[in-house]
Amino acid sequence: MSEKINASADAPLRNIYHFDEATHEIALSTHNLHVFYGDNEALTEGDLQFERYKITALIGASGSGKSTFLRSLNRMNDGIARVEGEIRYRDLDINSNQIDVYEMRRHIGMVFQRPNPFAKSIYDNITFALKQRGVRNKQRLDEIVETSLRQAAMWDQVKDELHQSALALSGGQQQRLCIARAIAMAPDILLLDEPASALDPVATSQIEDTLLQLKEKYTIIIVTHNMQQAARISDYTAFFHLGKVLEYDEARKIFTRPKVAITNDYISGNFG
Amino acid sequence: MNAKTADKIATAVFYAIAGSVILILAFLLGYILISGFPKLTWQFLTTTAKAFTAGGGIGIQLFNSFYLLLLAMLISFPIALGAGIYLNEYAKQNWLTTIIRTAIEILSSLPSVVVGLFGFLLFVVHMKMGFSILSGALALTFFNLPLLTRSIEGSLAAIPNLQREAGLALGLSRWETVTHVILPAAVPSILTGVILSAGRVFGEAAALIYTSGQSAPALNFGDWNPFNISSPLNPMRPAETLAVHIWKINSEGIMPDASAVSAGSSAVLVLAVLLFNFLARWLGRRLYHRLTSSTN
Repeated sequence: MSEKINASADAPLRNIYHFDEATHEIALSTHNLHVFYGDNEALTEGDLQFERYKITALIGASGSGKSTFLRSLNRMNDGIARVEGEIRYRDLDINSNQIDVYEMRRHIGMVFQRPNPFAKSIYDNITFALKQRGVRNKQRLDEIVETSLRQAAMWDQVKDELHQSALALSGGQQQRLCIARAIAMAPDILLLDEPASALDPVATSQIEDTLLQLKEKYTIIIVTHNMQQAARISDYTAFFHLGKVLEYDEARKIFTRPKVAITNDYISGNFG
Repeated sequence: MNAKTADKIATAVFYAIAGSVILILAFLLGYILISGFPKLTWQFLTTTAKAFTAGGGIGIQLFNSFYLLLLAMLISFPIALGAGIYLNEYAKQNWLTTIIRTAIEILSSLPSVVVGLFGFLLFVVHMKMGFSILSGALALTFFNLPLLTRSIEGSLAAIPNLQREAGLALGLSRWETVTHVILPAAVPSILTGVILSAGRVFGEAAALIYTSGQSAPALNFGDWNPFNISSPLNPMRPAETLAVHIWKINSEGIMPDASAVSAGSSAVLVLAVLLFNFLARWLGRRLYHRLTSSTN
């Protein structure tokens, strides 16, 4: 086994899937991405492409750098970590300091591990950021609230209590509200950092269904600790290990015939 | 001795300690309220004090206390809010913020009589404000600012970081996140802090003796022009507050009913502070429910 590990570590690029850009539309890609916490390098050589309207799962043990990688994609690591390298989005390097980060984040939204609705009503949770961006038309706002709650598969449950506190919702509903809030901004790409890890199995499967429906309109990149979840919902899967992407491929290949031995160990539950 | 007996004894001891704290409080409150109760009439609360004869009230002192409190809060709250937001939301952990925090800590532990004497030298004498409500309000600001800043900083720090990330991830700027997400969520707790510190300011005497003075000139409650000397709103007039009044009666009062007036004033003061405390709890809870829902 150890020989195979060394071989793969020496030539990692062979195991990283590269899209033919003539047939696949790339929504986001990273080049030579390095992330440092102080002097400590948390991520080296994160070179990945993400195809449009697909779900890409990032898997790996705790501390493997997958969340760090994800949070770098819409600059949520600003002020926490130093991110070097290039993140290409629509011919722009969004890791450059000339980018308007706030504008960029409206195109690349994020949902976090723990549900974090604002201490406001359900309605205000969704409309608040829109209002700050100048959307004032009441009818338009009502429409957006309804469509985004429908897309997050919770409209029927909450349509009569839109003006009550979002904090009174259950954890699963809060998380779907956070998804609705993110898609209300009409982003291109949705980043999800273990969105179901704080939820029970029923709520988890509802979130998964929601994501499968959302990929018709959004490019989704999701960090997950749950192998079954990654296998169920992702089209592509990247395996992170010790701050490196060891393997990146179509999900069915990763979960049936991984090329790297450590990937196999991880998905079959031998470590992590 | 086995573990069970030890546990029982320890529990009993802690109950006794907690009980004695409550007893002390109940005794103090009971004593003050009962001995002051006979004085608590509308007439006592609204008439002016008398220096040599019995039957004086505390109307002006009561008004002065509230007015001074209002002015002190008007000055100190915006500063404390700004400082609290800066310290919790913007400041990085470095030598500068360490110095600021240490300064706040030291300022909050200064004895109030020292703050009062400092205010006397700076505001009353050097800046020629004289014994006035303004001098008193500024001295109270010195006294109040560090406590209020720390309380606001604590209220903001209690809002989980997830809320800030939620705002930023929606493309909101840090300022938008602070003003529209963090502050509203912290309002109930900030308000509680403000009211509790109001209770402390309301009962403060030592810092005021040398700044807002020990005399309560007659006021004309029909005249609300703040530039007239007899107007209640004039911030440049000397103004003895309720707490200072109690101190003064007990140290040099020569009216025949001095002890009764003192007891009555104390009861009013304690009642007001209690009221502040209950108000803080009640309003904090109310506001929390109000702010987390929206009206259509």
